[in-house]
Amino acid sequence: MANNAEDVENNMDQQQANTSPEAVQQPQEAPATRARSRGGSGDEGGGDGSGPEANGQPPAAHPAQVVENEEEEDEEMTLKYGAKHVIMLFVPVTLCMVVVVATIKSVSFYTKNDGQRLIYTPFPEETDTVAQRAVNSILNATIMITVIIVMTLVLVLLYKYRCYKVIQGWLFLSSLLLLFFFSFIYLQEVFKTYNVAMDYFTLAIVVWNFGVVGMICIHWKGPLRLQQAYLIMISALMALVFIKYLPEWTAWLILAVISVYDLLAVLCPKGPLRILVETAQERNEPIFPALIYSSTMVWLVNMADTDRPKRNSAEASPPQQQTQDSAVESPAPSSPSQDDGGFTSSWVSQQEHRLGQLQSTEETRREIQQMPSSRPPVEEDDEERGVKLGLGDFIFYSMLVGKASATASGDWNTTLACFVAILIGLCLTLLLLAIFRKALPALPISIFFGLVFYFATDNLVRPFMDELALHQFYV
Amino acid sequence: MTAAVFFGCTFIAFGPAVSLFLFTIAREPLRVIFLIAGAFFWLVSLLMASLVWFISVQISNKESVSQQKGLLIFGVVLSVLLQETFPASASSHHTDSILLSGLGFGFMSGAFSVVNILADSVGPGTVGIHGDSQHYFLSSAFMTMAIILLHMFWGIIFFDGCEKQRWLAVAAVVASHLLVSCLTFQNPQYVSSLVPTYVVMFFMGVWAFYTAGGSLRNLKLCLTCKDKDFLLANHRPR
Repeated sequence: MANNAEDVENNMDQQQANTSPEAVQQPQEAPATRARSRGGSGDEGGGDGSGPEANGQPPAAHPAQVVENEEEEDEEMTLKYGAKHVIMLFVPVTLCMVVVVATIKSVSFYTKNDGQRLIYTPFPEETDTVAQRAVNSILNATIMITVIIVMTLVLVLLYKYRCYKVIQGWLFLSSLLLLFFFSFIYLQEVFKTYNVAMDYFTLAIVVWNFGVVGMICIHWKGPLRLQQAYLIMISALMALVFIKYLPEWTAWLILAVISVYDLLAVLCPKGPLRILVETAQERNEPIFPALIYSSTMVWLVNMADTDRPKRNSAEASPPQQQTQDSAVESPAPSSPSQDDGGFTSSWVSQQEHRLGQLQSTEETRREIQQMPSSRPPVEEDDEERGVKLGLGDFIFYSMLVGKASATASGDWNTTLACFVAILIGLCLTLLLLAIFRKALPALPISIFFGLVFYFATDNLVRPFMDELALHQFYV
Repeated sequence: MTAAVFFGCTFIAFGPAVSLFLFTIAREPLRVIFLIAGAFFWLVSLLMASLVWFISVQISNKESVSQQKGLLIFGVVLSVLLQETFPASASSHHTDSILLSGLGFGFMSGAFSVVNILADSVGPGTVGIHGDSQHYFLSSAFMTMAIILLHMFWGIIFFDGCEKQRWLAVAAVVASHLLVSCLTFQNPQYVSSLVPTYVVMFFMGVWAFYTAGGSLRNLKLCLTCKDKDFLLANHRPR
């Protein structure tokens, strides 16, 4: 088990990359706009002139009553649209929390205190006096937060100076570790709990496949649901690691301090996360997929003559798109040279000269898509545009709920209360996101509610409910 | 104390509520949010009541059992009253939110009352080995089901009363809530607590049905699958 701790220590610094950017990113275009230019690049951020209420129709032209109805309808549409986005995030957050709580309740490994600690929290909490314990936990939290701040700054600097390879290598290594090593340990402990005999060969095949498919889905391409599932799983694994290796008071302190840090880092003008998000927006690039959970996916623009041309989602940006399209396009010219099918290059160039481009190019596709068509592409687009939440948020939410279920003596009541509190906090955060339309920190409100409800429920509600349950009184 | 008891009690307690959730709420994201908001407000009201109870216990005589019980009853009453004031202050005009905050209240209340009991029922043990009632789990489950449905009915009647300024309805809701809570003080004489509770629930259900615009005719049409509006809303052919 000593190896575990060491390896965990060595690789915790790589995990910081996953936990640092915790900003919730808004859809890159405003939610209620109906008309958008295809392949247009510029309108991210606060870029949409009209607010969510206006619908591009001048209200002054209509009689007042119709205006009211329209405005009410628009409000309702906006509300429903916003609600859909909230649910798109509720479900994965709930799933992650359910996985963590289920594991904590059944697998005792993650609640056992083996006396091991992370290198980042060197001070023990089994001390003689309460004061000493408090001091130790404060020191631990300080060290952890400093490490996180330093790692975030390094990440932002690397991003700013375009050292993409370094960042990608870093993320690659850390997700490699999570997908292979941590999931192996997890499986091991689950098998131990349920007394399942498993040979190493089968285990090796299972872990290998799990890991490789995970790497492909997260860093390259894969079905959206599978990618989302993998992101949820690695967040849950990370949260479980934190729950196991962080002592109690340290964990609560870290949660509190990291919400404050998140608030500062995302909202202050010189905050590292804000710089990261703004730089990404300036360059029209999506932030690395290994760090963000998004409810929609980048789809390639296909040939215009298929019956359902795929649409871009909010993440797609022209440079990225072009690189992907060029990746798609480049095999095509090579194949005619290998197998002409009778169409020699001279014939092709002659036809092109007479009729124009035979193969559709980026430009022609764009033109065709801009033409009004009988299909309703725009509404689809609005619905496909999604919301993004950083993986660090998943990790800390699940860590809070997991810690609540592990250590609270009120058991399920406390867990439920924290769960509801976090969901409401997330709801409020998304509401603010819809109002302010820029990247917002997702941790502060939820963690604040979660902490308040944890301590209040554990200390106040639990004795009350215990007494009631004893006498079978109902409230 | 087996899986059978666990699943049985879970389905008894949460069956109607979860099926309501699946059929009416799960499709509309906005409704889910209202449900969770309702649960949140119930939690806040419970928190405040527990705070008051906690403080009162701390300053009271901890030795006297009857005083403790009295304080507990006071806590229950206070909690009920707080629960009723919360939806009044956080009222919204959206028709859906009324039903849903009531259901959210019910879900949370039921969950808080019964989840720990259910968790215990999975583990080993013997019910009532010290002479207590053997029907503890079952009665808890039935009581929880009644409470969840009651919360929903109360929510409907309460909001309708608030909107139409029919204070009699509001007062009746508060009174019946207090009545049901006080009936539970009779436990473990389950006959005297469960039966009246179910009577109250049935009565409230009928009242809520009529308040929400139902009638015998609507009910008949709905049950014989001839109600056009209902079918249209659910995209089903006749």
